[in-house]
Amino acid sequence: MKPQLMIGNAAVARGAYEAGVRVVASYPGTPSTEITESVVQYPDIYCEWAPNEKVACEVAIGASIGGARAMTCCKHVGLNVMADPVFTASYTGVNGGLVIAVADDPGMHSSQNEQDSRHYAEASKCPMLEPADSDECLAYTKAAYELSECFDAPVFLRLTTRVAHSQSMTRLSDPADVPLRDYVKNPAKFVMAPANAIRRHVDVERRTLDLKAFAEETELNQVIGHGAKIGVVCAGISYLYARETLGEQADYLKLGMVWPLPEKKLRDFAAAHETVYVIEQLDPFIETCARSLGLNVIGKEAFTWLGEYTAAMIRRAVLNAEDAPAPAADVQAPVRPPVMCAGCPHRGTFYVLKKLGLTVCGDIGCYTLGATPPLSSIDTTICMGASIGVALGMAKARGPEFAKKLVSVIGDSTFIHSGITGLIDVVYNKGINTVIILDNSITGMTGHQDNPTTGKTIRGEATKQVDLELLAKAVGIDRVRVVDPFDVKAMETAVKEEVAADEPSLIIAQRPCALLKYVKYTGHCRVDPDTCRNCRVCMKLGCPALTVREGRVVIDTTQCNGCGLCVNVCPFHAIEKEGE
Amino acid sequence: MSNTSIMIVGVGGQGTLLASRILGNTLIGAGYDVKVSEVHGMSQRGGSVTTYVRFGEKVWSPIIEKGGADIILSFELLEALRALPYLKPDGQIIVNTQQIDPMPVITGAAEYPQGIEQTLAQRSRLTAVDALALAREAGSIKAVNVVLIGLLASRTSIPREQWEETLRATVPPKFLEINQRAFALGYEYQ
Repeated sequence: MKPQLMIGNAAVARGAYEAGVRVVASYPGTPSTEITESVVQYPDIYCEWAPNEKVACEVAIGASIGGARAMTCCKHVGLNVMADPVFTASYTGVNGGLVIAVADDPGMHSSQNEQDSRHYAEASKCPMLEPADSDECLAYTKAAYELSECFDAPVFLRLTTRVAHSQSMTRLSDPADVPLRDYVKNPAKFVMAPANAIRRHVDVERRTLDLKAFAEETELNQVIGHGAKIGVVCAGISYLYARETLGEQADYLKLGMVWPLPEKKLRDFAAAHETVYVIEQLDPFIETCARSLGLNVIGKEAFTWLGEYTAAMIRRAVLNAEDAPAPAADVQAPVRPPVMCAGCPHRGTFYVLKKLGLTVCGDIGCYTLGATPPLSSIDTTICMGASIGVALGMAKARGPEFAKKLVSVIGDSTFIHSGITGLIDVVYNKGINTVIILDNSITGMTGHQDNPTTGKTIRGEATKQVDLELLAKAVGIDRVRVVDPFDVKAMETAVKEEVAADEPSLIIAQRPCALLKYVKYTGHCRVDPDTCRNCRVCMKLGCPALTVREGRVVIDTTQCNGCGLCVNVCPFHAIEKEGE
Repeated sequence: MSNTSIMIVGVGGQGTLLASRILGNTLIGAGYDVKVSEVHGMSQRGGSVTTYVRFGEKVWSPIIEKGGADIILSFELLEALRALPYLKPDGQIIVNTQQIDPMPVITGAAEYPQGIEQTLAQRSRLTAVDALALAREAGSIKAVNVVLIGLLASRTSIPREQWEETLRATVPPKFLEINQRAFALGYEYQ
């Protein structure tokens, strides 16, 4: 087969296909989403978007126990959500091979923190592989299944943003014919009550010793030698950065397996080189191991704990070479932060929240952008689902008067992910909070994935749709209303009434994402210069299509999609839909 | 042979991803080792977007460093200015002269810089093109990306037919005709 140019995520999916994987369950999360999306093209694999990462992992564990090769994929913070089953799946081990693909995001291109998932491998005692490019993504995925079944352990496949989202040449093969393994009831292995778990823990520690021995032998960990005095220990994308920068001026110990680490290999490599650098983004994971072995390596004192590495950084640290100042380093360009799209349904809600001056506990999704000017509405963003619990805590700390100037905003997918439990807490513990579900009928930020509220599966098949109104009523919210966020007057009335109520309430702000194919806004809006009094109320919307040229508000027709929200907010009816 | 590095920059939603796909696939067709790197997710929402394309006999890093780009293909004027520090001293820039105001300009917190074209011209071999007008002429303002790919194609040694073949393989049949016109208008732009 001809090699193909693939992103790392698609190559992981291809690897799963070639390894005979039968079940993939995930929750979307940048930069991991495209793995599961790419699985959709293989009709023989069952795949699903689960409500959250914990459920996804449990589905994969169940498939593995049932004898199938299975996979779950998440971003680094998603691994926190699935940590509970992972730590115990480490004890049970597998039947069919089980791989957990986790994508870290150094530089936080699309994340709320910069955690290093390698710690999870050590903490849960499950081996972790780390590919550097798409070809390795495919090969390591297949290797991970061999490893999982050979050592009776779930195996982590760790990616970083640049590996997950970079395209490189990938060699494909035909899928292997991997039969479903027999399922035999085995409570000693799969019922982790204390008596069984105590015995399994012994197996886990023995397995770790076996894995350590394997780490010394496996070709996943390779020395690439040029007879240099400088030695570089690295894994994943850092190897490519180092190799690009240092070429044959260094030898490399390239680790394809980042836990457990090959201690003897590290010792031998260090002994064979005058100076040894550990080049790794985020935490000093390999470095800490090397130091614990008493090896004299250079790590974080020469590199940073923060963000992504660059070739210039490596040149400076290893070769002591200062780059010539970049040409035009002096140019000043105003930043262009991400913004809610023209036509975004969330804009109407945030316009109202800003106008009412409420405290807003936010959540994870496109609507996190409601924190940025000019809407500047959001007070807190912590993690998936946190908007409700955090608001309840603030209300309990500061009392009912504060609670009546406070709302939570959470997207439909995020609400299903982990907002429901927060809402139950509000009801159960007699909160009077108001929660607004920003229901745009899709999981937006990660690029349009269906979820339990959309009525469609990952393959686009019709399925039961969670009824948010009924759900809220069932958990005990008596005040539930549905409002169109583009009807700003109705939205304002609803928010005012609900925050004032002495009981918990839910507003479902319902309007689909403007980027969905079935949403057909047409034409453009236009400011009538004769009617416009230049009051700039429309500019408070923060719409990328509305701008000021020569002191007057104008609409950039290349950006405007004719959604009409600005028409609704203009107090002087100076904005109209063209042709209407 | 040393590697060539092309940086594609623009504003999220302008179709830079399709442009990089056409470029990447054409380069493989021409027999190069290719790496294409872009970031999906949050930055796509109307923010600055960057794609790195590197090709040659053997490419290691998928990332282009400051001072490392042979060509910058910019979908928007301000984004070309922002990318300028990445250009090699003798590098060339192809820029769409379209101006899209970023939010700090819209809110009045910053001003859209004046004289960007002159700055770019002083520091690079510059081709400035109103790709929006050419896309409109081709039949859709969404074809800006293919106009620009056409223009970029005209600066490479890869035969035109090879680009057109990738275009046929990459673009949905429904939009092929518009995109073929857009490609031609870009390719033939003087």
